[in-house]
Amino acid sequence: MTEAIVFLAAAVIVVPIAARLKLGSVLGYLLAGAAIGPWGLALIGDVSHTLHLAELGVVLMLFVIGLELDPARLAGMRREVFGGGSLQLAACGAVLVGALLAFGLPWQAALVAGLALALSSTATAVQTMVERNELATPTGRTAFAILLFQDIAAIPLIALVPLLAAGGAAPGEAGWERFALAFAAVAGVVVIGRYLTRPAMRLVARTGVRELFTAFALLLVVGIAQLMTAAGLSMALGAFLAGVLLAGSEYRHALESDIEPFKGLLLGLFFIAVGMTIDFGLVASRPGLVLALVAGFLAVKAAALWAVARALGVTARQRVLFAILLAQGGEFAFVVFASARGAGLLAREWEALLTLAVALSMALTPLVLLAHDRWLCRRAEGARAADAIDEEAPVIIAGFGRFGQIVGRLLFANGVRAVVLDHDPDQIEMLRRFGYKVFYGDATRLDLLRAAGADRARLLVDAIDDVDASLALVDRARASFPGLPILARARNVSHYFELRLRGVTVIERETFESALRAGRAALEALGVDAFRAREMADAFRRHNLATLEATLPHYQDETRMLNAVKAGREELERLFAKDRERFERERARGGEEWR
Amino acid sequence: MDGPASILVVHAHPYPGASRAGRVLLAALEGLPETELRELYSRYPDFDVDALAEREALGRAGLVVWMHPLHWYGVPSLLARWFETVLAKGWAYGEGGTALAGKDCLWAVTTGGDTVAYSPAGRHHRPFADFAPPVEGIARYCGMNWLEPFVVHGAHAIPDVALAAQAHALRARLEAWQAGRR
Repeated sequence: MTEAIVFLAAAVIVVPIAARLKLGSVLGYLLAGAAIGPWGLALIGDVSHTLHLAELGVVLMLFVIGLELDPARLAGMRREVFGGGSLQLAACGAVLVGALLAFGLPWQAALVAGLALALSSTATAVQTMVERNELATPTGRTAFAILLFQDIAAIPLIALVPLLAAGGAAPGEAGWERFALAFAAVAGVVVIGRYLTRPAMRLVARTGVRELFTAFALLLVVGIAQLMTAAGLSMALGAFLAGVLLAGSEYRHALESDIEPFKGLLLGLFFIAVGMTIDFGLVASRPGLVLALVAGFLAVKAAALWAVARALGVTARQRVLFAILLAQGGEFAFVVFASARGAGLLAREWEALLTLAVALSMALTPLVLLAHDRWLCRRAEGARAADAIDEEAPVIIAGFGRFGQIVGRLLFANGVRAVVLDHDPDQIEMLRRFGYKVFYGDATRLDLLRAAGADRARLLVDAIDDVDASLALVDRARASFPGLPILARARNVSHYFELRLRGVTVIERETFESALRAGRAALEALGVDAFRAREMADAFRRHNLATLEATLPHYQDETRMLNAVKAGREELERLFAKDRERFERERARGGEEWR
Repeated sequence: MDGPASILVVHAHPYPGASRAGRVLLAALEGLPETELRELYSRYPDFDVDALAEREALGRAGLVVWMHPLHWYGVPSLLARWFETVLAKGWAYGEGGTALAGKDCLWAVTTGGDTVAYSPAGRHHRPFADFAPPVEGIARYCGMNWLEPFVVHGAHAIPDVALAAQAHALRARLEAWQAGRR
């Protein structure tokens, strides 16, 4: 109980500070861990036990990611996973093994440790990409594919340790047995995910006891993780597979929203545990060596990654980002180092040093990324200073994806100047070439908004696709530039409500108008006169907006407390009912208008 | 006199920002008590006239002003659309269609041509009064009282002073109408 209090309090105190300083939650948790660990306040003794429990966080994370990737999309990533992954492992592994050999390690130790160092931290990299909204970009996808491959590759690597230590006992029958066991486990996961889970969930859902569904979801993931461990496979990989198999199911959203809080907490605990492993005693006694080791490791691996990125078709502007995202050592390295020491392959001193280097490299990832962003931002602003003194643009467009682009092009086509803020360097390069004024970076940052002229602009177009970022931008703009009118893109109804509650009045739901047009076309296809279909769509829009506005006061009370995903669904159902109701009523009242 | 003393001004100009006459006339109406202005082209740029909302506004008024520039001897297309959707059978005319009956109607129209153009010898070959019947017919068909139209000729070229005088005259007419109601 006291342990729980220590963990929760450390997270609640340190993480918000780190977030405030724009360091990201990963570093926040790591710092919290360092603070309560054996080298900090020494509030928690048993680090390895915590680390073990917290691994579930990584498992749940991969399950949730799997839920968002259906099998077809995963099959499409085959080449990226196996081609890209093996290339990365070979390149980084070769360089790191070579470096360790140069340090005088015996070849067996160098081989195992070098390959282990070549693995990256799925937890750090994915969490960072999620926070930066990078997972959906091509670079993010490539990085994720490589992390997936590493999860697969980690298993034989761990199995390699006893083999090397024993001097190469033939795998023989035992090897076959293990292979068969692994195959059976994967087949088991497929059967569970594909055929058993849905009927089971239907049964559980029918009981109507809400928390039972949550319990079932957790049982499913933990059970699969256990099954994979028993077969000597990666827990995370198994959970990922189960997620993919359930991606197409009707329970996907429910699973996602039920698992989400557990995932977040346990992932936090995982980083806290890693933070606790950082051996500050070693840092203090041999600072020079540790520094050289960490810096050397990161530099060597990042350089290898940079070269790999080229071969994998990552665009020039994104290669540095890609290298930073994957340069840190991963959680598997801890396991490999520990078992290598246990098998007598790795000296105790080296194990401690390498473990420390990996933990520190995880902590450095957010910091290096921050420096990278600063650097890019400076470059972007430098370029602006070079165009110099052109007249001020009256419009700021934040987010220049599918939505913002059309807004921007309409404005530009009519000679209205706009400043564009986006976080995709490739996009920016292209826009620059066409003479757009583009700033790189997170549009929710105050300094960037100011640089874009938010205090003088006449309109801010918030076209960011990420809901949280979009709302964060509105909050910031309202607080710092109260006179600046905002036009916002809403992804869905709950986003619409959140924007309305923040005082935004000009809101376009991103798919509403086009869907209305499709509805019109459907009516026409059924023989309704084209203009009549248009009048029907106009009336529908009017009713729909009136309903939205009428629902707004209730939204705040009830719905807001629920998870955003769930809220969106329930809101939709309620709207359906209301639309129908209003339609009928006004049809009765309006007489002529509704024939 | 009977009926409410409220005035509803239905203004239809596609580019109100570019219309000097419209701007000056509307400015003169500012501050009139119980007067509602509905700018059709700003409210319904997509021509999706909200008939129910318009009927509610009409219901409140004792005097309805249709204000617009003359386009091809008639009303701008959005006002025509407004007539079609708002003045429906069973509401504005026909059986049970008495919502507008007894209300007063003032046509406030601006034209490009001057009185010379609107004469048998002029460009339009007819006096302006010959072009009024279609609009007058709409009002009368709905049972409204047709007031003497308010016309500003030569709206592009009219000097500022003359325009100001016209605007003043319009306000005076509306004020007189309201005085008659109280």
